[in-house]
Amino acid sequence: MKNQEFRTCPESGLQFHKPAETLMRLNAVVAVVALLVGGLTALAVTLTRWPTVHWLPADRFYQLLTTHGINMLIFWIIFFEIAVLYFCSSTLLRCRLATPKLGWVAFILMVLGAVLNNVSVFSGNSSVMMTSYVPMPAEPMFYLGLILFAVGALIGCFIFLGTLVIAKEEKTYEGSIPLVTFGALTACIIAIFTISMGAVILIPTFMWSMGWIANIDAPLYRLIWWGFGHSSQQINVAAHVAVWYAIAAIVFGAKPLSEKVSRTAFVLYIAFLQLASAHHLLVDPGLSSTWKIFNTSYAMYLAVLASMIHGLTVPGSIEVAQRAKGLTKGLFEWLRKAPWGNPAFSGMFLSLIGFGFLGGISGVVMGTEQINIIIHNTIYVPGHFHATVVIGTTLAFMSLTYFLIPVLFRRQVFLPGLAKFQPYIFGIGMMVFTLVMMGAGTLGVQRRHWDMAFTDSAIGFDYPASAFTLMGLVGISGMAAIVGGAIFVLITVVSVFFGKRVESDSSYGTETTRLMKAPPSIQPQGGHAAAGKWGFAAPGTFVLAVFFLAIFVVYYWINWKYLASVWPMS
Amino acid sequence: MTSIQPPSETIWWKQPLDRVEGTWIALALVWSLIMFIMMPLWHVYGKQNLSNEAYRTTPEAFMAKTQAMVDQYTVRTETNQNMPVVHPPPGSDVYLIGRLWQWWPLLELEKGQTYRLHISSMDWQHGFSVQPVNINTQILPGYEMVLTITPDTSGDQTIICNEYCGIGHHNMVGKIYITEGGS
Ligand code: HEM
Ligand SMILES: [Cu+2]
Ligand SMILES: [Cu+2]
Repeated sequence: MKNQEFRTCPESGLQFHKPAETLMRLNAVVAVVALLVGGLTALAVTLTRWPTVHWLPADRFYQLLTTHGINMLIFWIIFFEIAVLYFCSSTLLRCRLATPKLGWVAFILMVLGAVLNNVSVFSGNSSVMMTSYVPMPAEPMFYLGLILFAVGALIGCFIFLGTLVIAKEEKTYEGSIPLVTFGALTACIIAIFTISMGAVILIPTFMWSMGWIANIDAPLYRLIWWGFGHSSQQINVAAHVAVWYAIAAIVFGAKPLSEKVSRTAFVLYIAFLQLASAHHLLVDPGLSSTWKIFNTSYAMYLAVLASMIHGLTVPGSIEVAQRAKGLTKGLFEWLRKAPWGNPAFSGMFLSLIGFGFLGGISGVVMGTEQINIIIHNTIYVPGHFHATVVIGTTLAFMSLTYFLIPVLFRRQVFLPGLAKFQPYIFGIGMMVFTLVMMGAGTLGVQRRHWDMAFTDSAIGFDYPASAFTLMGLVGISGMAAIVGGAIFVLITVVSVFFGKRVESDSSYGTETTRLMKAPPSIQPQGGHAAAGKWGFAAPGTFVLAVFFLAIFVVYYWINWKYLASVWPMS
Repeated sequence: MTSIQPPSETIWWKQPLDRVEGTWIALALVWSLIMFIMMPLWHVYGKQNLSNEAYRTTPEAFMAKTQAMVDQYTVRTETNQNMPVVHPPPGSDVYLIGRLWQWWPLLELEKGQTYRLHISSMDWQHGFSVQPVNINTQILPGYEMVLTITPDTSGDQTIICNEYCGIGHHNMVGKIYITEGGS
């Protein structure tokens, strides 16, 4: 029976269920196609925001910015996440995938939805940005595409859950599910909540665009849309943190410092996200400050706490694993001697640093009720989320891809010498890009804006020269990141379709093996901590974490100070 | 012994925390609480807070109120579209319309005086961004937002739309002239 065919990868020991493997490959490949579309439009959009180049005419710019946002944030990320969900259930648990046929239905719906949406935007009548704020209308096909895509993704989530159930029933693993699968489960639960929110708002909006509903209340739309739009960022975080743990495990054999802490931190994501949409509404009329403060912070800071915990435990687990191998000199020998030439590791580590230092800090700062007044809708905002969703999520997924090319696709990585540099070009390019974008935003440069020189408007405005310089740097660093992204697409496409096959034998059969518990940790003499310092198992990581906190605190106060300089208002 | 395998201890939730984790969680939690408290504190001691005063309205009703103010307080017109510039008395209610693609009318306010600025949209969503002072809020159709502001800087300010509102979005620019008090 085809549904019972498995193969074991001799290099990694992972076991792939054939139908799951096919679906993972398809979803990952389509994800990269979306990344390519997003990348080409990134090029166009960046060259337009670069003041001295100012390439596209206004209508094209807004159209391609819509294309860029949707293909990147929704299609690239979610197709890849579906592949990750199948991997973390079927592959990691050595289990058959639940209902592969439905997996095809999900995939086809998602592709169809993505195509319809893109066709609608390319027709030129739906340049409404990914947020499609009512009452600015798009064509019905725009919303319909998103709805079909969402239904497909939702089916994918249920297949993941179904696979966990089968794995438990058929006892394909001992004990509890692995931490990485637990992280994926978190992402899946959040995704179900999120996609439902998306349905609640997109279906009426579709009906409105068909003329069946007269009116959709603008603030209500914003509240529910961001219940979808923000929560889905929490899916991304849960998913890329799971990928960080996975890469730490694969590259170093790392094990969580303690299962309890890492798992609780994942649960915090689920528990405190419901109204995270609040911090997109901090300067909206009609909502009380109490509501804003409660939801932006109570919901957020405990979720933020969770990210700060993972930010320590992921590198901490690497440090402990490295120290156990004898890399115990000083605080940072474990880090210096890490495999910086392995793109799976370097990408993951840059993702972690960029996400925390740039994305995390800026996100909390601008999510502060009052500070949002000096940041809302400036280009600071895309600066922030390119740090989270590009350096954090996208780069983490790129790193995982380097691991998956031989293991899942059975191909050798094309141009391995170039692959070594790719995470640095992309990651560092993006770090500079986000920093200068945030700088320009602090000077009041707007997001989604075609002309910061206001050449055509009846009333003009002159930004300071430094704002133009910063936007020029946005252009230059954006180009560097695009080169990094292009190398990634080139390497994956050539490897997957034309690459040299991996020689070793990994043929299909019906034999399966059970996933065993991790062996008990071999405690160095005197316990975990003896390999560290000050009774800490991971002192180097702790120092890095304190450094992070110091920057966080300073930057946070700087922003209050800046806020205090604007007009008094109440 | 890795994160992609089931935990080695079946009862993993009884495993003690590592000291490095406990210390970091305590630090991070304290910082989270400080950040939380800052927001209510700023409502008490800080000067920049949104009152969140807002009313439901309609484009017609809001237009009527704005027109009344324009009729009463216009001091001159500017640009080739003859945009009125209004100079309402300090302390009064000032109305500003956002529509495709202009801010109407232009305003002239006195430095150091307080005004109740009402803003609404006639059509789509807009963003009220005052530059270079850098104040940004969201403007929605059907809702009238009231900001009580005290311009305390010299120099004219420009209102830029910073919510994407279609093809003329980047041309949607308005003005707040600031005159020195007492003049
Ligand atoms: C090489 C990499 C990239 C470059 C150079 C780039 C550049 C840009 C630029 C210049 C903007 C326009 C900012 C504005 O005018 O408002 C933008 C917007 C955006 N980008 Fe990227 N980007 C890149 C990759 C990505 C990726 C990988 C994602 C998501 C995973 C992403 C998600 C977005 C989103 C959601 C927007 C906002 C669209 C909107 O305002 O509706 N970008 N990007
Ligand atoms: Cu506007
Ligand atoms: Cu606009």
